[in-house]
Amino acid sequence: MSNILYGVFLAPFKDMAGSPAFLAEVLIGGIFAGLLYSLVALGFVLIFKASGVFNFAQGVMVLFAALTLVGLMERGVPVPAALLLTAAVMLALAFVIERVVLRPLVNQPYIILFMATIGLNFFLEGFGEMLWGANVKKLDVGIPDRSFIVAGVQINQLELFAAVTAAILVAVLAVFFQRTRIGRALRAVADDHEAALSIGIPLKTIWVIVWAVAGGVALVAGIMWGAKSGVQFSLSLIALKALPVLILGGFTSIPGAVVGGLIVGVGEKLGEVYWGPLVGGAIENWFAYVVALAFLLVRPQGLFGEKIIERV
Amino acid sequence: MIYREAGQFKMTYASDQAIFPIVQDRWLVAIGIVAAFVVPPLVANEYWLQAVLIPFLVYALAAIGLNLLTGYAGQLSLGTGGFMAVGGYAAFKLTMAFPWLDIIVVFLLSGVIAAGVGLVFGIPSLRIKGFYLAVATLAAQFFLVWLFNKVPWFVNYASSGTITAPNRAVAGLMVTGPNATAQTRYVVALALVAVFALVAKNLVRGRVGRSWMAIRDRDIAAEIIGVRPLQTKLLAFGISSFYCGVAGAELVFLYLGSAETLAFDITLSFLVLFMVIIGGLGSVLGSFLGAGFIVLVPIFLTNVPHLIGLPLPVALQKQMELMVFGGLIIFFLIVEPLGLARLWQITKEKLRLWPFPH
Repeated sequence: MSNILYGVFLAPFKDMAGSPAFLAEVLIGGIFAGLLYSLVALGFVLIFKASGVFNFAQGVMVLFAALTLVGLMERGVPVPAALLLTAAVMLALAFVIERVVLRPLVNQPYIILFMATIGLNFFLEGFGEMLWGANVKKLDVGIPDRSFIVAGVQINQLELFAAVTAAILVAVLAVFFQRTRIGRALRAVADDHEAALSIGIPLKTIWVIVWAVAGGVALVAGIMWGAKSGVQFSLSLIALKALPVLILGGFTSIPGAVVGGLIVGVGEKLGEVYWGPLVGGAIENWFAYVVALAFLLVRPQGLFGEKIIERV
Repeated sequence: MIYREAGQFKMTYASDQAIFPIVQDRWLVAIGIVAAFVVPPLVANEYWLQAVLIPFLVYALAAIGLNLLTGYAGQLSLGTGGFMAVGGYAAFKLTMAFPWLDIIVVFLLSGVIAAGVGLVFGIPSLRIKGFYLAVATLAAQFFLVWLFNKVPWFVNYASSGTITAPNRAVAGLMVTGPNATAQTRYVVALALVAVFALVAKNLVRGRVGRSWMAIRDRDIAAEIIGVRPLQTKLLAFGISSFYCGVAGAELVFLYLGSAETLAFDITLSFLVLFMVIIGGLGSVLGSFLGAGFIVLVPIFLTNVPHLIGLPLPVALQKQMELMVFGGLIIFFLIVEPLGLARLWQITKEKLRLWPFPH
């Protein structure tokens, strides 16, 4: 018994204090993974905020964007043109989704829309693989992937690049939401659909824009994930990793998605490295969920979510 | 004209509240059950029993379980696969530890164990709702599957990490294991589903079902009129997990024969959720229709290219399958968001007037 208590409460911290450089490396790895989770979670938040749809297909959108980009590059399209073309494809996808899936389902209960996005998930998965093939592809858009050492801690250029990109993306989105006319319209729609409609905000256009922005975020996430671990089917499974990020940060908060992602990424890595061996490892799959669950019991709306006010 | 309840007077409250108040329904169900017991074992071949009918029955039971929780009590759950895994592994451990125990009793006991696990994971439902709850139930899914994967005790230290259904007989007839015929396994699965479907039907018409629906429709209002949310939600989680647990045990023992944790991963949870939604939320009949639909569509999609003389490469066929499956789900949700059960209801309303609609 005292052995277990020692293993849970003392040994991990002793290990951490014993080798701070290793701890720093674990932390950096966690932060990097967390930023990538945030990028996926951002797409969820954008769509949920504006249309109340819980878009389960976000993970597959990441895969689809990455597949399209790689497919175009394999056919000899130069990188900048391929990026633009992929962005255009994601925009077209947003149009089609709005027209074919969302518009006929307006005013349906949330669970129906959720199921529809799972259907979309299956469809895009098959479609992407049919277009571009199912084998693992390497994505190289020219991001350097060398490591250098600062104060005894190994830092990877790719990770640094991803961190900077994520920061820029969040800043751009924040400015877009707070300072532009469209951003204001988006926030209005998120606040109250009917009120937004009554003052003349075109709901359908807004939805297309939101899905297109989410597609763009998916493209960025796809590039990062693809550069890290290759473009393959398992990419679509990171959507499942983004879910605990969402409940930690709250479904409606952009900063929440980032902070939640960091908490999940760091917590997961620390848990896996220091506590995982106690129970045989591979706890990454559920650790984040349990953390998020414990968290929800204290704050049901997440860190930054809107307070849930209920009345009869 | 065929389906007219005119002249069927309810003289007592009991007859008014019967599970099937209309004579035609009673006949239909009775004939349906008898036909299901008699016809397929006589006419269906091994392939149909093994690949279509047995999975249909197993999934139908799981779908009824999830429908009680999601359709009637309104608690969205993505942990079905995890709870089914509990049932499957519990049945394996029980029948290995007590080989003399009747296998049907083992199924029921593993259902009880799954219910216990379901109760534990149902506790958060008191504070969190909707999608937050759905994500929270994913914790159950991942944790349980990881647990069965990691702890060798659950597979009796088998190096392959799989659980295999041993030979077990009921009243001299081999029910599970490699020596059991598909016919026997079909009849056992059917008997269990028939009993539990009637139990579910009975549950949802009574006090328990009504309190579930009250919680689903407006939980705060339900609380004010005296429905206790903690007990009601936990009961829904418990009973739903019991159904899923029995279905999980059947999945291993009657359908697959042997299984590893991969059989219970998140895909299974989504599959059962699809059945419930396509069949119709809040309908026991819908669970059957949904399960039938989801079992038949992939078989249909695999066979169509051959039938029209257009054999596709395997990879392409797999991708087409995914696309058609996804497309069909979206199509169905758009055309009939209330599910296949609603179509049956419309048919009944039409039949009431047919052939003189005006």
